Amino acid sequence: MRYSGLQVLAQGLLGNRGWTPAWRDPDPKPAYDILIIGGGGHGLATAFYLAKEHGLTNIAVLEKGYLGGGNVGRNTTIVRANYGLPGNSEFYSHSLKLWEQLESELNYNVMHSQRGIINLFHSDGQRDAYARRGNAMINQGDDAILLDNAGCRKLLPYLDYDQTRFPIYGGLYHPRGGTARHDAVAWGFARGADTRGVDLIQNCEVTGIDIENGAVTGVQTTRGAIKAKKVGIVVAGRSSQVAAMAGMRLPIESHVLQAFVTEGLKPCLDHVVTYGMGHFYVSQSDKGGLVFGGDLDFYASYAARGNLPMAEHVMEAGLTLMPMIGKAKVLRSWGGIMDMSPDGSPVIDKTHIDGLYLNCGWCYGGFKAVPGSGFSFAHLIATDRPHAPAARYRLDRFLTGRGLMDEEATGSQHNLH
Amino acid sequence: MQIRCPLCGLRDVREFTIKGHAIALSRPAPDAGDEAWNAYLHLRENPAGVTTELWHHTAGCGAWLKVTRNTITHEILKVALVRDGVERTDAD
Repeated sequence: MRYSGLQVLAQGLLGNRGWTPAWRDPDPKPAYDILIIGGGGHGLATAFYLAKEHGLTNIAVLEKGYLGGGNVGRNTTIVRANYGLPGNSEFYSHSLKLWEQLESELNYNVMHSQRGIINLFHSDGQRDAYARRGNAMINQGDDAILLDNAGCRKLLPYLDYDQTRFPIYGGLYHPRGGTARHDAVAWGFARGADTRGVDLIQNCEVTGIDIENGAVTGVQTTRGAIKAKKVGIVVAGRSSQVAAMAGMRLPIESHVLQAFVTEGLKPCLDHVVTYGMGHFYVSQSDKGGLVFGGDLDFYASYAARGNLPMAEHVMEAGLTLMPMIGKAKVLRSWGGIMDMSPDGSPVIDKTHIDGLYLNCGWCYGGFKAVPGSGFSFAHLIATDRPHAPAARYRLDRFLTGRGLMDEEATGSQHNLH
Repeated sequence: MQIRCPLCGLRDVREFTIKGHAIALSRPAPDAGDEAWNAYLHLRENPAGVTTELWHHTAGCGAWLKVTRNTITHEILKVALVRDGVERTDAD
């Protein structure tokens, strides 16, 4: 069913009895051309672009729980293209362009809101670093405006500019950045893939990967064996476990990142604001809740919940930046499991096993990458050649040391990003 | 989380800094080759379950600790001094 304003009106007049499920719930067939392990944002986007861009539809997405039940439903919904290094820069630029046409492409309201992102800086050195980053963004064809203190005050009058610890010098403004409704992104891609003939199979956990003579032949699942010519692993948070089924050990550690939302408030934050020095970032959802987060807890975890010290740290940072939110009550906190790579950048690559492809390592930035990652992973699976904007996301860069993408310049080591 | 430091007793996790997986104690020889160094520096078993990692009692005695911990429940099963392998369980 195609969604439109007319459809809403017509259904409303007919008592909303004509709406149909957005996707089927099929049983797995014995064999497919391509299996995508992981029905999250990246997996669903991969299936969608395989069908749309490459005309491949004999595909199943295997999800151990329900569609979109992992990190795509647990993030803080920020969409941006403000990376500085070659490799990341062109990839996120491409992803943002896909975001900008996503709603018409999917015929689905993902509530993409380009409200702008402002990264605050607090010293001359940080201003130089952000000026450089802004220039890198402009060179890539994206948008960046370096705001001074007065420019920031005009857009963000509610910040505490004169705090003694980190006085605000200005900010790097990325107007095309913003937020999107995270669940709707998964649902939109699911519906788009299903409509084109992809089978989305839920409650189907992969328990083994079948390999014969160095080539993948299918997978074992809780709903039986499924044959396939090609298999894509895109299971952020659980990448190490699934790759281990193919005998691989990945350069990944899983960490918990917490996020928080307050009760609904009247509109007060018009942008996404990031406060790197305090490890805090915030935006306001369309329901009115302040959605915010900070740093990793920094120990390996699969618990999907964090500990109190980081929660306290994030709240304290938030209050030093914008004291006005001090009386807002926190409604919920939760954690997502991040695939942390040593250099802080992801992997979209073939493996040493024929027909087995890997998409992992999105660290704490996977949400904005959903369309770009799906597009590039689909290109790799369909053509066996890397898609240009993602060509540097190689798995062997850690072994060779060539092409490491360490945006924070802290080194390519675990536990630094 | 709380960690039972063998020297200081049960202390809040805020006093500790994590270094990462205890693989850091198994440094390869300088001439061990790229594969061995890649495995040491980057590749991780990354278990969903029991793991062993290094914590530093930064705001306490300064000892390096080898902590056995469950990554699903955050339960700490065993803490030992890296220095001499002295181990203490929560029952001690």
